[in-house]
Amino acid sequence: MKRIQSAQELEAYRQECLAVRDPQRTVITICAGTGCLAHGCSNVVDAIRQELEKQGLDQVEVKATGCHGFCEQGPLVVVHPQGVFYHKVKVEDVPDIIARTVQKGEVIESLLYALPTTKEKISLEKDVPFYKLQKRIIFGSNGLIDPTSIDDYLAIGGYQALAKALTGMSPDAVLEEVKKSGLRGRGGGGFPTGRKWESTRNVDSEVKYVICNADEGDPGAYMDRSLLEGNPHAVIEGMLLGAYAVGATDGYVYVRHEYPLAVTNLTMAIDAAREMGLLGENILGSSFSFDIKISRGGGAFVCGESSALIASIEGQVGEPRAKHIHMAESGLWGKPTVLNNVETWANVPVIIDKGAEWYRSIGTEGSPGTKIFSLVGKVNNTGLVEVPMGITLREIIFDIGGGIPGGRKFKAVQTGGPSGGCIPEEHLDLQVDFDELGKVGSMMGSGGMIVMDDRTCMVDVAKYFLNFLKGESCGKCTTCREGILRMYEILDKITRGEGELSDLDLLEKLAVVVQEGSMCGLGKTAPNPVLSTLRYFRDEYLAHINDKKCPAGVCKELIHFEIDPDACTGCHKCARVCPVGAAHGEKKEPHEIDQDKCIKCGMCYDACKFDAVKII
Amino acid sequence: MESTVKKITAKYGSDPSQIIAMLQDLQSAKRYLPEEDLRELAEALAIPLTRVYRIATFFKAFSLEPKGEHIINVCMGTACHVRGAERILNELERQLGISRGETTADQKFSLETVNCLGACALGPVVVVDQEYHGDMTPGQVDKLMENYR
Repeated sequence: MKRIQSAQELEAYRQECLAVRDPQRTVITICAGTGCLAHGCSNVVDAIRQELEKQGLDQVEVKATGCHGFCEQGPLVVVHPQGVFYHKVKVEDVPDIIARTVQKGEVIESLLYALPTTKEKISLEKDVPFYKLQKRIIFGSNGLIDPTSIDDYLAIGGYQALAKALTGMSPDAVLEEVKKSGLRGRGGGGFPTGRKWESTRNVDSEVKYVICNADEGDPGAYMDRSLLEGNPHAVIEGMLLGAYAVGATDGYVYVRHEYPLAVTNLTMAIDAAREMGLLGENILGSSFSFDIKISRGGGAFVCGESSALIASIEGQVGEPRAKHIHMAESGLWGKPTVLNNVETWANVPVIIDKGAEWYRSIGTEGSPGTKIFSLVGKVNNTGLVEVPMGITLREIIFDIGGGIPGGRKFKAVQTGGPSGGCIPEEHLDLQVDFDELGKVGSMMGSGGMIVMDDRTCMVDVAKYFLNFLKGESCGKCTTCREGILRMYEILDKITRGEGELSDLDLLEKLAVVVQEGSMCGLGKTAPNPVLSTLRYFRDEYLAHINDKKCPAGVCKELIHFEIDPDACTGCHKCARVCPVGAAHGEKKEPHEIDQDKCIKCGMCYDACKFDAVKII
Repeated sequence: MESTVKKITAKYGSDPSQIIAMLQDLQSAKRYLPEEDLRELAEALAIPLTRVYRIATFFKAFSLEPKGEHIINVCMGTACHVRGAERILNELERQLGISRGETTADQKFSLETVNCLGACALGPVVVVDQEYHGDMTPGQVDKLMENYR
């Protein structure tokens, strides 16, 4: 590949890429994101390639793309140009797909997705409500491109925003456009991106850095992983535009230790961009030079905090530092630094390409644009969804997410990761944006949305988050290190049925100490899961303390399993699965559970087809 | 034969700011960070051994103890938690006779937990040697382990 020297050459090359991509040709896209890989999509990709060869269809293109978002239904296969959508595809299905759908244009009924409610079958990807109700301006490209091909990215208009900026916009104009767009940081804080950039722009320094925070640590959120794996060039282009606006020459992407595929795809993308001259010296023949390095994290949640992240890039332990030193003046290696997360960077090319005005037409006044959420937990359509800000929780969970599995009752949705809170049913019509979530005691965070049903214990959830945070506290501030531990111990006591009423007051008092006395966001927000569950689900705490009961049937010390002799058919299934011989009985006779032997693993409960095993 | 540390310092140079990446390479080459290698590295980078240990003990990616032949990683992310990850972990602990964070006496299995693997739609997730197993139940643990015993 020869270096591209100007915007005109880039455009000419894009046209070459488009010329070999007849929009009417058949392309089979297979989602090869982490979810679908786990569902076995690699074998499906291989089978499709082999079958095409066998049936002599070498003109059909096969694309293994990044994550499409509908992870629950994987492996996903889409046959273009019609857009026929097949879900849960197995290797055995492949010959039929090629012979009938590719060769004859027929739709295979049995592979179509059916609505969970009406069982109506849907043939085309664009008509699936999960996709149809979203607004996928950032994440939608994932389904169209092979993340390892820069030509694919160019063919969908990639690096057009960069060319536009370098040929017709001054750095200030780029900055102004981002400021006007109202883009706010997607990593959690929601700080206006343009203002952040401006502070760095205004500092006079030969060397400045831009950093992409890909240390996605909030449990239950994986949109950054999927963007970086599925569309790495969008992040690179965003960083290029940011660097141009603030006057930076070097960039770093700090990728989480647990995301090896993201590192692989990003490395490939950086190499390809460099080879083409889109990274390096004098980009597109301009005086702007910029390059990107990857820094792999060491596996510490606190490194998502900006100053800890920078310490980690510098080869130090990832401990945060006091916030009075501003990153804009003294960040990485003491130089002015801009740090944004993956999703924020991926928004930038869209803003420059389509303009701030267009961008502001999406979302709410205070939070323009879209947000990608990971909709997970007790919900039918788990996956990644991109929606305009201002959509209600109800629309996300029930219309896009298809509601709660097994006809169970919605209880709460947890947003904002370990810094966030649990939102109860009464707030389901809340319009989701940075400000509204704060009003009900939660926060946007990086976009994790964990749905909980009546079988989720809220005391257990609060304990879960404190357990997480006590392990991740770096230990620098005493209030965080010791305070979280004490709060955890109290919750643990309550879930064991040993809690007292006064514990609730103590929890609330400790919460204030931890919030006030800790330096970084981790400690300052650590009590949120406890406070929000105490606010909305105090009854559940009281049931654990006063009645020694766990109403959701989760806390082991407060529950036991019994078999209802009237419902039991004596099928013996429970006895077969019981790992310790506690469930027993004669065939065709009602069975029993020996409470002394029972380890409460719940396997009998899962196995019983007659709902005879009860959690008491 | 050239030592692992020599190979690593040849790749990254003797720039101490690259220490995390160097330790990552050492960890993947030896499956843990042996003391003698850490000493060699401290000398090669001309930094105090305490600084090497400070990094090696701060980040979760590093282990000072040898790991088992197969690494079982149970995701404890929120989505996996509400779908019963703790039950899966308990069953693995019971079957292997070790607690989370430990390695079996025969050095065959290490049982680890991770705060979130970012495969939330598949929860509960167990990863054995980089291979993902989604929608796990305690009842499936036995079958899963059969493949590695």
